[in-house]
Amino acid sequence: MTSPATNVATSAAGCAAPDQSAPLPSSVDLAKETVITGFVRNAEGEAVGGAYVRLLDGSGEFTAEVVSSPEGVFRFFAAPGSWTVRALSRHGNGELAVDAARGVNEIALNVATA
Amino acid sequence: MSRDTALVSAEWAEQNLDTPGLVFVEVDEDTTAYDGGHIPGAVKIDWKTDLQDPVRRDFVNQEQFAALLSERGISNDDTVILYGGNNNWFAAYAYWYFKLYGHEQVKLIDGGRKKWELDARVYTKDVPVREKTSYVAKAPDLEIRAFRDEVVEAIGVKNLVDVRSPDEFAGRLLAPAHLPQEQSQRAGHIPTAISVPWSKAANEDGTFKSDEELAKIYGEAGLDGSKDTIAYCRIGERSSHSWFVLKELLGHENVKNYDGSWTEYGSLIGVPIALGDEPGKA
Repeated sequence: MTSPATNVATSAAGCAAPDQSAPLPSSVDLAKETVITGFVRNAEGEAVGGAYVRLLDGSGEFTAEVVSSPEGVFRFFAAPGSWTVRALSRHGNGELAVDAARGVNEIALNVATA
Repeated sequence: MSRDTALVSAEWAEQNLDTPGLVFVEVDEDTTAYDGGHIPGAVKIDWKTDLQDPVRRDFVNQEQFAALLSERGISNDDTVILYGGNNNWFAAYAYWYFKLYGHEQVKLIDGGRKKWELDARVYTKDVPVREKTSYVAKAPDLEIRAFRDEVVEAIGVKNLVDVRSPDEFAGRLLAPAHLPQEQSQRAGHIPTAISVPWSKAANEDGTFKSDEELAKIYGEAGLDGSKDTIAYCRIGERSSHSWFVLKELLGHENVKNYDGSWTEYGSLIGVPIALGDEPGKA
């Protein structure tokens, strides 16, 4: 499909979530970033892609949402502190509290029908 | 404007996929979502390559918008049904463009891709072929677009609504938490802005809350109905979502979207910035 605009980077990066299964960009400084990452799995332990994974802050307020990759991977860039990660999917929902510290925080999030 | 004219349900959309005169359009920043499966018959608009000027820091002008819609086979008489990922952020942003350039009939699918996905409705990978049109865009309606000088003048005068997350408002985060936090602009918010995160307006499945709930949320946050309103976020798409709520669902007069938003404001030399959870003083 052609487009009147050529495919070049715009001045401001968008707010949509980047590819969740891509490796961490080399520009990301793990001494400064607090990364919360992990997998969404169903009751059978299979990866759930296409799940809507949201990050809620300490007061339960929405902070961000990504769609898990086909491998079930998600990733957030947060700050040290208490967070809740919650997933909605065709295979059911699930959530997990996370106490995040600077660097990479890995979690496993299971979803199941209620 | 009201819910009846600005919004359709996923169910209605599914029942009207073949209705003549309707054009379904998926708008995303990440268009791999469309490529992996979309609502049958929908064409795609790429937020970056289609809606932004490739050189200047601005979005497409009147001629570029007309050329885009002509190329996608959309005519002035069509009813455009928009939807997308990210809880319809980019679809709401495109909706705002359609209104800005004077398109008569445009609606959002309530809940966008997320609702469609959670309802387990059907997708297709087939890309429709639409005959080119000669779309005519009107001159931009600047009654719905705010620029930086107007925003600075609005401090302490108009309703400024910051729709980012509470941590971005307070200055604890510089970007939504799915993005790296190293950013060039300063942290914080525009003094006197009230914090009403866009997400307050949406249910978990991405659909909008009821008019009663929405009116209560903005009322309790301190929005003064007798004043003009400017909404902003980081790059102007989450604030399009809130602009849609205030103008198109709740029917407020004089609501503008400041698409320059925090990436512009937080980079300006000399403008006031407030830190912390309170609006701050003018």
